[in-house]
Amino acid sequence: MVQRLRVRYAKRGRLRFTSHRDISRALERAVRRAGIPVAYSAGFSPHPKISYAGAAPTGVASEAEYLEIGVSRACDPQRLRADLDSSLPPGLDVLDVVEAHAGSLADRLEGSMWEVRLTGVDPGEAASAVAAFLAAPSVEVERLTKKGMRAFDARQAVQTLTVAAAADGTAGQEPFPSCVILRMVVRHETPAVRPDDVLMGLRLVAGFAPPSPPAVTRLAQGPLDAMTGEPADPLELDRVGGDL
Amino acid sequence: MSVESLFPRLEPLLPKVQKPIQYVGGELNSTVKDWDEATVRWALMYPDAYEVGLPNQGVQILYEILNELPDTMAERTYAVWPDLEALMRAEGVPQFTVDAHRPVRAFDVFGVSFSTELGYTNLLTALDLAGIPLHAVDRTDDDPIVLAGGHAAFNPEPIADFLDAAVLGDGEQIAIAISEVVREWKAEGEPGGRDGVLLRLAETGGVYVPKFYDVEYLADGRIKRVVPNRAGVPSRVFKHTVMDLDEWPYPKKPLVPLAETVHERFSVEIFRGCTRGCRFCQAGMITRPVRERSITVIGDMVANGIKESGFNEVGLLSLSSADHSEIAEVAKGLADRYEGTNTSLSLPSTRVDAFNIDLANEFSRNGRRSGLTFAPEGGSERMRKVINKMVTEEDLIRTVTTAYTQGWRQVKLYFMCGLPTEEDIDVLGIADLAKKVIKAGREATGSRDIRCTVSIGGFVPKPHTPFQWAAQCDHETVDRRLRELRNSLRNDKQYGKAIGFRYHDGKPSIVEGLLSRGDRRVGAVIEAVWADGGRFDGWSEHFSYERWMKCAAQVGVDVDWFTTREREEHEVLPWDHLDAGLDREWLWQDWQDAVNDVEVEDCRWTPCYDCGVCPTMGTEIQIGPTGRKLLPLTVV
Repeated sequence: MVQRLRVRYAKRGRLRFTSHRDISRALERAVRRAGIPVAYSAGFSPHPKISYAGAAPTGVASEAEYLEIGVSRACDPQRLRADLDSSLPPGLDVLDVVEAHAGSLADRLEGSMWEVRLTGVDPGEAASAVAAFLAAPSVEVERLTKKGMRAFDARQAVQTLTVAAAADGTAGQEPFPSCVILRMVVRHETPAVRPDDVLMGLRLVAGFAPPSPPAVTRLAQGPLDAMTGEPADPLELDRVGGDL
Repeated sequence: MSVESLFPRLEPLLPKVQKPIQYVGGELNSTVKDWDEATVRWALMYPDAYEVGLPNQGVQILYEILNELPDTMAERTYAVWPDLEALMRAEGVPQFTVDAHRPVRAFDVFGVSFSTELGYTNLLTALDLAGIPLHAVDRTDDDPIVLAGGHAAFNPEPIADFLDAAVLGDGEQIAIAISEVVREWKAEGEPGGRDGVLLRLAETGGVYVPKFYDVEYLADGRIKRVVPNRAGVPSRVFKHTVMDLDEWPYPKKPLVPLAETVHERFSVEIFRGCTRGCRFCQAGMITRPVRERSITVIGDMVANGIKESGFNEVGLLSLSSADHSEIAEVAKGLADRYEGTNTSLSLPSTRVDAFNIDLANEFSRNGRRSGLTFAPEGGSERMRKVINKMVTEEDLIRTVTTAYTQGWRQVKLYFMCGLPTEEDIDVLGIADLAKKVIKAGREATGSRDIRCTVSIGGFVPKPHTPFQWAAQCDHETVDRRLRELRNSLRNDKQYGKAIGFRYHDGKPSIVEGLLSRGDRRVGAVIEAVWADGGRFDGWSEHFSYERWMKCAAQVGVDVDWFTTREREEHEVLPWDHLDAGLDREWLWQDWQDAVNDVEVEDCRWTPCYDCGVCPTMGTEIQIGPTGRKLLPLTVV
């Protein structure tokens, strides 16, 4: 392996129903079709050197997924971005590629900004549920994990949570049901707090229960900016030459 | 009339179901054509879950060929899991195609490929979800022509009431011909309506339209005769045979799904047909004669398939791949081409001889040397003569020992249980064979680190084979023999730990037997099972033997009569009017030979034994060698 490249990609539209495993198979095949000289691990069953950082759950769209590819021959990041993007199905879109410098990419992904679109919801009701959630010191929710039902706090990891009416012109207009958008910045912790955990929290504190499934998108993930509280570009350090 | 996408109505249901990605389409190399620009529209279904159906070669080939026709379009649909089925019923979302999410009922032809009879209940789910009446006689001009193909279509009688038509044999040319008939009929303003186009199809002699045939029964329940009930409908319907595989190098653009499927590889069919003459094997009987794809076309298809798909595994498919006349050259040529590229090659290996190990060694050059599979099928020398699987015990032990000495640590042996004339001793012979294999392997390698897995399938007598007259073994006997075999293996202190044992109970084989050799009266059982909630009968977690027996009793069908009853020579069989080219007298003679332990050679290397296929169908054996070689690929 002579070079590592860090890739930001999006998972859009119906491709949001891909699981993490689906994406990794699609990527391995796209890399082969594109003729990218990916490095392989040594040993009995060699695997391409592609590692993923913090994949969004199945059913959740994302504008900010990250992975790292090791290659056996130096590649131009822009060329690789174009080749990989054209080889992947529409909806898995490669947005940015940089050459990796020192420091772990996963360590830089401190938090995510999520957008949750809810249809058929009264904006006032959503706002008061959000206020109640933010006012609570902790909100214990339960989720079914591989180890069974698990209870944890969904409040502490939520850095910001705002609510707005949808700005796409359809909200509130008949026959379209009203639509609100929640935006939240959530720190990556263990156990991970996901947008649906926050929605569960809104239901617990305020009886807030949207009638249809939420459309969730990860807008960004990265190091949390101390000033704004929002995730910054995690590849910035690679662009300027690595961690100090 | 344009058709709107159902996706906006489906999408809200997807977060609530398992593996939603299987329903969204968008596979690499999939095709979405403009609805209004096509005149003939096909919905193709593989009646099982997406993960099983997507890789199916038959559907992929027809999908590609039909979409290549300028005025024809084809989309795909698969069986939806019960979780989505319930939501679709609640929300009124009909059966949809995964390509453009169009309603199946809006298409002209709904083509369903049956590799196995266990997909019949899934056909009914799809019809019902689509809003298409289950019974062909209830359909209107607004419903598609429901057309069955695949190996199970060689006896479509159990589902005859649910089908408008069925085709036998290779689908490439007949699918195009059907498109042409439908196109002309539509261009003429659909004269005669639904029956008008069905009659045109039936008159070709290549499409079976069940409702144009009446079945008459004898007082004892046997069939008296099957006769056409309309002028112009032929009394026999023949199978289709593609004669030059090199002219049909499909799939050219293999479908690559996002969802995980059961075969994650690019497959090339290296030949069709098999004349080894194994008497239990329906595929070997109904796909004759052998037609090879040439070494150079195989090489081109592999290169193209890898490029188009990005798969890192290539499978060379056929009924007995080691029998290709140039398989050694194919194996060496491909192994040379892909050395060091992390592309692995696989060959379903069943032949029991040293040559097969040479091939396996060649194929494992680029990948792992995991396990080898051999299929002696019968546990005793006598049994193997009955089924015409010509392998001696000596051959088998020598071959497996060679595999062990060449570094293969795991060998799988495949057998069947419940074969005609089988006795307990034939099944227990499997244990002796496995122990001898391990003993010889340990002596030859000086190592105890070798294993053998015995895998057993239940035998089901199939139409168009010499065993079509045979009594199927009851499941109690099969289960008892398998228990005794298991005990014999487990209780062996010396070798038991080195021998694995995999088997299924005998009950599903009885249902498969009912559906395989059933006639039109069995349709009522299928419908009752489906109405009672029967789905996905190929999946052990969904299959219910008790439900099948309960429903058969309810509709008055005697399962034993269809399964464990031996037929006499002149009984009219439900599929006798459907012609695979096999001479009925030859099949009967082969059945008599089976009972008398008489073997028959492969006609590729010995004189013709008059099975009847070539003269009836106007076909001939097409094999190499061509003498050509695979040249190294130029690196771009």
